[in-house]
Amino acid sequence: MAILADEKTRIIVQGITGREAASFTKDSLDYGARIVAGVTPGKGGRSIHGVPVYDTVEQALEEHPADASVISVPPAFVKDAAYEALLNGVRLLVIVTERAPRRDVAEIVALAREKEATIVGPNSLGLISPGKTKVGMVGGPAADVRKAYMPGPVGIVSRSGGMTTEIANLLTQNSIGQSTAISIGGDPLVGSTFCDLIPLFEKDSETKAVVVFAEPGGTMEERLAEYITATHPKLPIIAFVAGRFVDEMPGVRFGHAAVIVEGDRGRTKEKIRLFQEAGIVVAQEFSEIAELVKTVVRDRDS
Amino acid sequence: MKIHEYQAKRILAEFGFPIPRGEVASTPGEARAIAENLGCPVVVKAQIHAGGRGKGGGIKLASNPPEAEDVASKIIGMQLVTPQTSPEGTKVKRVLVEEAMRIRKELYLGIGIDRSSAFPVIMASEAGGMEIEEVAAQFPEKIIKVAVDPSAGLQPYQGRKLAHNLGLDPPLIKVTAEAVAKLYQAFEVKDCSLAEINPLVVTEDERLLALDAKMNFDDSALFRHPEIRELRDLDEEAPLEVEASKYDINYIKLDGNVGCMVNGAGLAMSTMDIIKLAGGEPANFLDVGGGASAEQVENAFRILLSDKHVRAVLINIFGGILRCDRLAEGVIQAVKKLQVQVPVVIRMEGTNVELGKRMLKDSGLNFITAEDMRDAAEKVVRAAQTVHPP
Repeated sequence: MAILADEKTRIIVQGITGREAASFTKDSLDYGARIVAGVTPGKGGRSIHGVPVYDTVEQALEEHPADASVISVPPAFVKDAAYEALLNGVRLLVIVTERAPRRDVAEIVALAREKEATIVGPNSLGLISPGKTKVGMVGGPAADVRKAYMPGPVGIVSRSGGMTTEIANLLTQNSIGQSTAISIGGDPLVGSTFCDLIPLFEKDSETKAVVVFAEPGGTMEERLAEYITATHPKLPIIAFVAGRFVDEMPGVRFGHAAVIVEGDRGRTKEKIRLFQEAGIVVAQEFSEIAELVKTVVRDRDS
Repeated sequence: MKIHEYQAKRILAEFGFPIPRGEVASTPGEARAIAENLGCPVVVKAQIHAGGRGKGGGIKLASNPPEAEDVASKIIGMQLVTPQTSPEGTKVKRVLVEEAMRIRKELYLGIGIDRSSAFPVIMASEAGGMEIEEVAAQFPEKIIKVAVDPSAGLQPYQGRKLAHNLGLDPPLIKVTAEAVAKLYQAFEVKDCSLAEINPLVVTEDERLLALDAKMNFDDSALFRHPEIRELRDLDEEAPLEVEASKYDINYIKLDGNVGCMVNGAGLAMSTMDIIKLAGGEPANFLDVGGGASAEQVENAFRILLSDKHVRAVLINIFGGILRCDRLAEGVIQAVKKLQVQVPVVIRMEGTNVELGKRMLKDSGLNFITAEDMRDAAEKVVRAAQTVHPP
């Protein structure tokens, strides 16, 4: 099992003729992902690594029904592409584009809510269910993905794309496999937050624990702590909170657009405190994550 | 992106939001002429991005034009220190000269985006003039919030609701509701990330005016707003950060002596945490980005070494999209070309890591390689402590 996507998931890539998209399309195909079609307006009739390209999502879906779309188009066209996919019935959108205007993202999220679709991103590297499929850029070329990821019982949800793979790599080195790993995107507004994804892992019979990579800024961690406190799920959560130094620098944005302490909101100190109160295990150092996962999985099984 | 108060007020005026009469001056003489034109008393306000200007002596009243000139001559050119600036303060280049008015009531009106619901939220409060965070902490009941569904837009009743709850007299309710609608329109049309009027005042003669205005813009939407891009004031930004942004490098200068070069913002943050855990202080935050080229690495090196406090450099790369061999090539090239003197500690993991490590070893340069992040942090902190300034 896995969440959101598995070996059966049929994927289209919007913006497939772009350099980056063509490259991750090849990587994903090499990894075994079922990319059935691509869409780039004005480039219909071509083929990218054997994947047929269409002018519109509608045309692509007529020939190749799909469950998910990876959107990799310039920022100005993200809203158009997402609307096109949502209004044609695609239920999972992974938006990899960086620097999409916030207003456009707000409108996409509102439409997705209405359509009961899931948005991952924007500014996401995508998601991967090891051994099954890879939706987006996450992990890079297939050979490297196979080294960093292996199938197993641990879910990963990360505000950082690079750290999604870094966590998987650490777990794999310690012979702990992963069920699904999701890079949720580094923007202040993203379609899926921790609170949207943790319940999906709870329902997944394969997932025995989840690693959460948290950062300063926003209230996603606070919301997760509230949710855990209110529902007491059986699923153990291990969190790593990066950027503790940011607490002392309110008003400065570090790397991800979402990483900013505003007034006294968004500090890691508060996030860590709330996590601990909610029973989430917080790793002090990155390398501790593997040991902590082993411990909670063992405690849970015994 | 941030802009100055006078620029924000011009935008508000374009949308019909009521603002005080006033003009911007960059010399004391201009300030005097504006005061003569407006009629006195006037308020002379330093134009810098940071808030808290009044506390630092950047806002003064003048009762006649010569006084306006005198006050302006003291403010223009001063290093204004406020709770929001660096300890050295920010140099004032311009002042806004505005009509002074008798104020009956100070309110707060602001619009931002609520990150959990993805909805713009309008906030209003009777406690104007205070920082909204302070109001939220002390009198949370005094903050009125209205969330706007972006697909439906602001509805007139929502503006009326805010105005009613502010306890305004009936004649002002309509005016305030209209002002809320105008601010929302500006917020939306200009892709703001924040639009804040604090205080929004009711004058003795029953006028509603934006006494101060702050507007921040969504950097990701600037491509569709050339008119906003023109308002950028590079003097308000750190020169090295401006230079780095030209190369798409995310650099932020800090106070320590351990220079950092990392790919990915998440890893960069984790790296800085572990340097602190190892007893060191990072000199900077630097994300070279996912697809960094050899040239990019060289630029990053140049920028981080322009900070003379740097005593050692830590390069921490998780090769995915950025391959370790390509990084190694860039690092070797940069170290040779820039004749880097400080110790360089490298931790690499991921794509082509073996090849990358071999290239570093064969380069004949004196790199310190590390096994993992902790090892790297300890080594670089030790190196920074043992190397003495040349």
